[in-house]
Amino acid sequence: MSAIAQRRVDWVPPALMLAIALAALLLVGNPSTWVTLTIAGLAMGLLIFIMASGLTLVFGLMDVMNFAHGLFIAVGAYVAASTVRLFAGAAGEDSFLANLGAVIPAMLAAAAAAGLLGLFFERVIIRPVYGQHLKQILITTGGMIVAEQLIHVFWGPDLVPLPRPATLRSAFFVGDMAIEKYRLVAVAVGLALFAGMLILLNRTKVGLLIRAGVENKEMVEAMGYRIRRLFIWVFVAGSALAGLGGALWGLYQESVTVNIGASMMVLIFIVIIIGGLGSIGGCFTGALLVGLMANYVGYLAPKVALGCNILLMVLVLLWRPQGLYPVSRQ
Amino acid sequence: MAETLPASLLSLAGVHTHIDRYHILQGVDLAVPRGGLTMLLGRNGAGKTTALRTILGLWRASAGTIHFDGNDIAKRETPAIADLGIAYVPESMGIFAGLTVQENLVLAARRGPPDEARLEWIFRFFPPMKKFWHLAAGNLSGGQKQMLSISRAIVEPRKLVLVDEPTKGLAPAIIQNLIDAFAELKKTETTILMVEQNFHAARSLGDTVAVMDAGRIVHAGRMADLAGDEALQTRLLGLSLEAHQ
Repeated sequence: MSAIAQRRVDWVPPALMLAIALAALLLVGNPSTWVTLTIAGLAMGLLIFIMASGLTLVFGLMDVMNFAHGLFIAVGAYVAASTVRLFAGAAGEDSFLANLGAVIPAMLAAAAAAGLLGLFFERVIIRPVYGQHLKQILITTGGMIVAEQLIHVFWGPDLVPLPRPATLRSAFFVGDMAIEKYRLVAVAVGLALFAGMLILLNRTKVGLLIRAGVENKEMVEAMGYRIRRLFIWVFVAGSALAGLGGALWGLYQESVTVNIGASMMVLIFIVIIIGGLGSIGGCFTGALLVGLMANYVGYLAPKVALGCNILLMVLVLLWRPQGLYPVSRQ
Repeated sequence: MAETLPASLLSLAGVHTHIDRYHILQGVDLAVPRGGLTMLLGRNGAGKTTALRTILGLWRASAGTIHFDGNDIAKRETPAIADLGIAYVPESMGIFAGLTVQENLVLAARRGPPDEARLEWIFRFFPPMKKFWHLAAGNLSGGQKQMLSISRAIVEPRKLVLVDEPTKGLAPAIIQNLIDAFAELKKTETTILMVEQNFHAARSLGDTVAVMDAGRIVHAGRMADLAGDEALQTRLLGLSLEAHQ
């Protein structure tokens, strides 16, 4: 499949993002502050994208309302904290490469642990309630409560520190603009994952199956594909991405509590609804919009930062009721 | 019937299907001969679509047996049934609108990349598939979507193709195009079971026919016999097929 598909790219949502950024420049006034806020917003948006991308695919493909998604984020963050402690020597050195020797294993361990937990969740908790939304909400919420108590058993009820390695704590200064190094790492990881997902979804047969399954599961089965198997691996991958996102978010916050995932769920739901359920491109655009809005408004009027994102969702849904990039379903 | 019908590729015996509290198929007995095209006719609500979906396992038979090419398929999952060599063209066409024509066909080709010679064969009777190869399928016209749905079903050789009302809502020129394509497909070893309301298409293509009413098969025989017997048509279908063109 070497040829590029002739799909009309809808440039209106990116243009909206640009308009918001330019409006923020006028309101903030100081270009240096605006650049700092913009990079912080993009970094936050990309971290939310990593955490939300799995959930939007699970919603879109499997029609599963997984209210326990925040749990995978929390598990990822806790596992990352334990792994960074395990590699404390590498994390404490003054070399960027040595620090990566702690951060990369932490990210991989977080993704693996959350993926394994996702496999257990799909097999034991989700499988009996496919197609039953109310039961899905109840059982995933219940599963999350039980798992949170298990986190207390393993890591205790207190806040667990997750200090960033030495070279990721500082910032670059360009003129009077401060750019945190860790935010650039988050942007790089987020963009790399987005590119990887686009390649997977558009250039591989598994990707085609996922996209086709989001549109019409029955027809995919009628073609001879066992979509239930695909469900399992998409759920595991979505959970692993949430765990990876949790590790990165935990490093961003430099501490972990059991609510680290649950506290992000409002923003994650806003992102996947704004983007259009099941749309990775929509999730990416929605996450960047939410990240930018949270940072601009957090600077200009901190008390209404979350409210403005809810207002953004309402306005987007009034404009495009199926989200920015709706996925056709049958 | 002067001649005997060929051996069955597909046979249903006493098949019942319930959808929620509705009892749709009420003991269907149907034999689809190997090779050629069998038309499944009947009034709206007779159970024709349900019969196709039950064969493919999309709705589960609550009683009865379904045999395909020597295999009992009544209890199998849909992908396992499709794997035996059955393709489906649903009434809704079931195309993946967000995927290109190419991607739709790549997905339908289970054995690997679509065979070039087979594609050229398909392009001969469905030229728009070549022209719009890289276009998202959601942008095709209704007739072109139906062509894509059929192309997907035949992108690889199949033993049986189940086709549900392929001419529904299409312009006469497109319908003739589809009739020509199915006539070409009939020359291969593929067997076709088709639900159709358009009598011109049904008479042009059908070798054998089964008529359904109230969830049962009430008539089975040669298409030519039904086409030539107006009284039988009126009794079975409630109208003359000639008048229904």
